[in-house]
Amino acid sequence: MPDASISLLVNGAPVSVAPGTTVAAAILMSGPRARVSVTGEPRAPLCGMGICFECRATINGFAHKRSCQVLCEPGMDVRTA
Amino acid sequence: MSEDWDVVVAGAGIVGAACAHECASRGLRTAIVEAGEIGGGATAAGMGHIVVLDDSPAQLALTSYSQGLWRELSSRLPAGAEYESCGTLWVASDDEEMEEVHRKRALYATVGIASEVLDSHALAEAEPHLSPALAGALLVPSDGVLYPPCAAEYLVRDAVRLGAKLYSQFKVVSAGDGLVRLNDGTELRAPRIINALGSEAVTLLPDLPIRKRKGHLVITDRYPGFVHHQLVELGYLKSAHSIATDSVAFNIQPRKTGQVLLGSSRQFGAEDSTVDYSMVAAMIDRARVFMPEIGTLSAIRIWTGFRAATPDKLPLIGPWQDDPTLFLAAGHEGLGITTSLGTAKVLVDYLVDGETQIPIDPYLPARFVRSEAHA
Amino acid sequence: MKQHFDILVIGAGPAGIAAAVRAAESGARVGLLDDNPAPGGQIWRKGAALPAAARDWIAKLDASSVVRLHGWHVFAHPGPGVLMAESTAAADREAAELHYDKLILATGARERFLPFPGWTLPNVMGAGGLDAMVRGGLPTSGKRVVVAGTGPLLLAVAAHLAHRNAKVVAICEQAPMGRLAAFSLRLLTQPGKVMQGINYRWAARDARFHTGCWPVAANGQGSVESVTLRRGDQQWDVGCDYLACGYHLVPNLELPVLLGCRIQNGFVATDKWQQTSIPGVLCAGEPTGIGGVEIAILEGQIAGLAAADRISAAIGLVQKRSRSQGFVRALANVVELDPRLREIPSAETIVCRCEDVPFHALGGYSSSRDAKLHTRCGMGPCQGRICGAATQFLFGWGADSVRPPVLTASFSSLAAASCAAGHDSNDILNQNRKDTHTL
Repeated sequence: MPDASISLLVNGAPVSVAPGTTVAAAILMSGPRARVSVTGEPRAPLCGMGICFECRATINGFAHKRSCQVLCEPGMDVRTA
Repeated sequence: MSEDWDVVVAGAGIVGAACAHECASRGLRTAIVEAGEIGGGATAAGMGHIVVLDDSPAQLALTSYSQGLWRELSSRLPAGAEYESCGTLWVASDDEEMEEVHRKRALYATVGIASEVLDSHALAEAEPHLSPALAGALLVPSDGVLYPPCAAEYLVRDAVRLGAKLYSQFKVVSAGDGLVRLNDGTELRAPRIINALGSEAVTLLPDLPIRKRKGHLVITDRYPGFVHHQLVELGYLKSAHSIATDSVAFNIQPRKTGQVLLGSSRQFGAEDSTVDYSMVAAMIDRARVFMPEIGTLSAIRIWTGFRAATPDKLPLIGPWQDDPTLFLAAGHEGLGITTSLGTAKVLVDYLVDGETQIPIDPYLPARFVRSEAHA
Repeated sequence: MKQHFDILVIGAGPAGIAAAVRAAESGARVGLLDDNPAPGGQIWRKGAALPAAARDWIAKLDASSVVRLHGWHVFAHPGPGVLMAESTAAADREAAELHYDKLILATGARERFLPFPGWTLPNVMGAGGLDAMVRGGLPTSGKRVVVAGTGPLLLAVAAHLAHRNAKVVAICEQAPMGRLAAFSLRLLTQPGKVMQGINYRWAARDARFHTGCWPVAANGQGSVESVTLRRGDQQWDVGCDYLACGYHLVPNLELPVLLGCRIQNGFVATDKWQQTSIPGVLCAGEPTGIGGVEIAILEGQIAGLAAADRISAAIGLVQKRSRSQGFVRALANVVELDPRLREIPSAETIVCRCEDVPFHALGGYSSSRDAKLHTRCGMGPCQGRICGAATQFLFGWGADSVRPPVLTASFSSLAAASCAAGHDSNDILNQNRKDTHTL
């Protein structure tokens, strides 16, 4: 039996992902940019392992969460800069 | 190797940098000696708050004088110095503290510092993340914040541009009788030597009444708009004034980067720079009383530093009794950034023609020798 | 949350899993903590078909009595025998106070990134970085990928991506062919590794394989569209959707350093039982020397047995491990970086990504700390983990000393650390209130 997919919101838009998908991957599915740097450059995850902080997003109201280490959960509200 | 100078400044922290800059600006041939990074000591560890403080008339005079000098310099500071005239809000918890707010406003006015009393409604508008249970505050708009290591670097580089010479990565081994010896044997001869080594000043003059006072700070990731002014509780003065106990006071600052800087703590007798989490927790718990939401902010770094504290909370500025070539510019406790420019002006005015814009008497190092003589 | 363990293992990669399993066999109460949601660390990261060894060890872990703390990151060491951790998951910022009698650090390694023009473009990632993202659900089927940098990771990543139907168009290894050939000859003593290499190369057989070659620029608007590769005098562009570029691995030393462990030649110094210079603290795997999975498993087992006072059971493993030291040295030799890699950044190339500090701002500073204080390089949330390896290679700066918290933590978690610090923050606050008001 296939696992049910998970629905969450990325910047207000609904996204459907397989279980085990990280929030960072879900963000990138909507476009290559995950964050804006301090001088305004578009950025995306670099290290994939929670060290580079390029994947920071606000998840369920908590800012600066490293989204590559958070698994998508139903109804999650993800916002990027 | 030996060289002749008009003045040698030991230490390129904010106070030494300011002194060197003032000397070079007056055409004095100036040598600056710094063992580590420019502005790498207490200058890098503190909050960079430019604040008028009234623990004593002498403190009020020096901080208000110096605050004005920073405003004049601000347009020449590089962007990295992050100078921001965000003002200070002295926060009052109750009616008794509001009386203190009014008293403070009147006192500041006597030295030409304008301030405004905010009631609890106005305070909530000025700082929405403050607890609504507060009674009000005093706003001092002329206070500011900056990032001191870059300001110190600017002052040193400008001094060099004006002809000063920086001995970088050299330690002063001895200083006195017109001679400064460095760790590689270099000798610098000058009729005036300024000891601006902060809490390390005692390494050259063991009798100096300067003690280390440890502080902790925490800085967050970026939360632009979370706080707009430097926020200080009125109890800060109690903490700074106390000489016996460990203490904390609510003290929070917005950086130009949008980061939030949290202080302040004071400990005597703690000579080790390791982070003490009980002090950090005390600072955070105190801050939560005033800003309940800060618990969720993401902290990226904690560090400690050592203020140079004197018994009367005033710095040592002026000649050292025993040696006519030796001068002090040290012992600034939590006001090193604020009073660095004022210290430099007062000291160099005194050196050059003896006429200072505010009286130098309260800061003269001789005040401690005199009191010992009377004991 | 407050827990006590006889043995606490930090890091659930191969070394940590092996350590925890062996330690728990003795009946000791063992905890295993890791910031990822599932065990495996980087090399056994969930989301791809795992090798038999990984499945075996994870099955052993599942069958053991080890207390599992997945999704936690250590942020402080407030006093002897205690670590503070914070939950990595979104909903709560819970703090955990973890007491231990013995500690095993298996914190693994991270990729080394060298800056070049365009490296901050979206879809330029590490080699392990893209691999991790793909395992985390990033779709790359049909996408063109250039894999570049140095080290065994490149082939493994290329093979995995090819398996996922990505189009690996090129693999660029900076080491020259001669050195790679010598390394391969050396590997003939380990047929398993040779087969693995051949399998990887076969999986990504459509990719052009270049040696002595590296990217000098990533190009594109908003995300990478092509990579400029250089090999000797030749330079050419390759179109791609992703650039997976990493220059081998550097050990995660932050926690060992915070605990006071002696570091030697850039790695944690350990004796043959994996004991560090701090009594009761052991270290296993990549932080003691980059050597890959097999050595990590050996060292993890040795550490687990040693921590459980079962040294005699580890003697055979110690012998096996000492026979593998040659591989560690050979690996370090083959990935040695070409000095011409120092010439790639332009003046405007960002070196510190957290604070956007460009290459030209860093000239004239003599140390990491000097640069940090005056340019903000290394002052951001990654605390120099990304730019530190780069500035060490570019300027020769040693790492700045570790400032806590080891990883970012919320203020409420920091405040929770005081209970473990040995004295009470309330004492300090109460003293404040007693001070008389003097002005």
